[in-house]
Amino acid sequence: MSLLEIRNLKVEFDTAKGPFKALDGVDYTVDAGEVLAIVGESGSGKSVAMLATMGLLPNTATITADKMEFEGLDLRTLSAKERRRVIGKDISMIFQEPIASLNPCFTVGFQLSETLKTHMGMKGRQARDRVVEILTSVGIPNPAERLSAFPHQMSGGQCQRVMIAMAISCAPKLLIADEPTTALDVTIQKQILDLLVQLQQDSGMGLIMITHDMGVVAETADRVIVQYKGRKMEEADVLSLFENPKNPYTRALLSALPENATGKRLPTVSDFAEAGGF
Amino acid sequence: MADDVILKVRDLYRTYDIKGGMFKKASTLTAVKGVNLDVERGTTLAVVGESGCGKSTLARMLTMIDAQTSGMIEIDGLSIDISKTGISKEMRQKVQIVFQNPYGSLNPRQKIGHVLEEPLLLNTDMPSAERRDLALQMLEKVGLQPEHYGRYPHMFSGGQRQRIAIARAIMMKPKLLVLDEPVSALDLSVQAQILNLLADLQEEMGLTYVFISHDLSVVRYIADKVMVMYFGEVVEYGTRDEVFENPQHDYTKTLFAATPRADVASIRKRLAAKAA
Repeated sequence: MSLLEIRNLKVEFDTAKGPFKALDGVDYTVDAGEVLAIVGESGSGKSVAMLATMGLLPNTATITADKMEFEGLDLRTLSAKERRRVIGKDISMIFQEPIASLNPCFTVGFQLSETLKTHMGMKGRQARDRVVEILTSVGIPNPAERLSAFPHQMSGGQCQRVMIAMAISCAPKLLIADEPTTALDVTIQKQILDLLVQLQQDSGMGLIMITHDMGVVAETADRVIVQYKGRKMEEADVLSLFENPKNPYTRALLSALPENATGKRLPTVSDFAEAGGF
Repeated sequence: MADDVILKVRDLYRTYDIKGGMFKKASTLTAVKGVNLDVERGTTLAVVGESGCGKSTLARMLTMIDAQTSGMIEIDGLSIDISKTGISKEMRQKVQIVFQNPYGSLNPRQKIGHVLEEPLLLNTDMPSAERRDLALQMLEKVGLQPEHYGRYPHMFSGGQRQRIAIARAIMMKPKLLVLDEPVSALDLSVQAQILNLLADLQEEMGLTYVFISHDLSVVRYIADKVMVMYFGEVVEYGTRDEVFENPQHDYTKTLFAATPRADVASIRKRLAAKAA
């Protein structure tokens, strides 16, 4: 059985101009120990799909799916209370803006121990020790001292490490990373990606990587889903996707990479859209 | 390509004073330490480095937003030191800038036509009919339609806004265009369109670019010369091929090693290492 299995997911938003279809019938499956990358441009619905899974979309969204199961647990019918028991513990998520995702009013140590207190029932000393342990595992220097630091006292890369620490503190079975390195420098990006892959391999959890960066896909993924305007364009393992892209949109994306440029001009997606008809 | 040097910078420094407080001593921060560079007419110099390395401070000095602490900047034979001489209209016409965030760099209450005409209004005494004609021409040149003249920025996508920002920058027919991460906020396919537009404009108008970026794949595609900055200092400076084929400084090597690789051979290698 897959860790996460979603069939025919549709998400619609009510807007002033009528319903807007953000996601139109997409399937996702993730197995334990697998890294799935969902790649697409803005508006492709890659984040919406995972926010729907997490139950984080606003009331204006209508979510329908034929199947939406996490380890056999039907996510569609969960009450808010039941959902809170799963979210943050068995499924957790990392967001793009590390500094904005942390609460500026509380210390890093407090925010980290909150998860442990809620989900694992840990207290005082025990929670504190566990927090130090996790911070060490994500490579924060002097973790015991950093517990009393506020988010603004840390760099963007360190804040992202704290976010990762928070996400993995309850040993989740599935980790969703939504553009985890987009706001970071290349050298820091490399460290964060290495860390995520390392943690994923050590713990055997499933990892969903949402990104628009083909480089990040190439460096981390086992399997890739390419999305465009709320529909799935292609699904393939990472090697065959890069070696032999089947879908014209995937081909367009890959050839728009500056490193694949052959002539003086870069081909753009619209060049392909006319020929490929997507 | 002509051989003449359009931008010449010698021994450029910029320091900021950090105010002391009750518990903190006053100190100075050197954001740019002794930068030297030459850019030839019609070519592109790429400036690479991570956040806080001083590349944007350099851009601010080149575009006369900020004065240098010491050192010389010469743009098209005109020496620039705004702390001493101020800025003349002539100086403003030489250099323009395009910023990273196309959402933040356009006034939401200003129509696109007026966005484009403003530099002319401020720096020339051109009559309004002529300004309008020029603005309409420019819209077409950057791939927009004449009917976009009367629209507001929120009606445009990120890529279109970046086109507008570029159009505004070249309204004055500058010699030098400083591009501060112009494609970092854009999607891959839109990025390709904007890079193509920049290449076309460079050819057509003989523009010289100083292209600030942290994305090495974009730099490799667009640059003639590359400069790598690290903590305010230039650690590597040379032609694109020199820098990419044979990086000298450790930081440049780290930077190259950290850049994700999207070629099939690298993916094979990674998968093999993982299976082992």
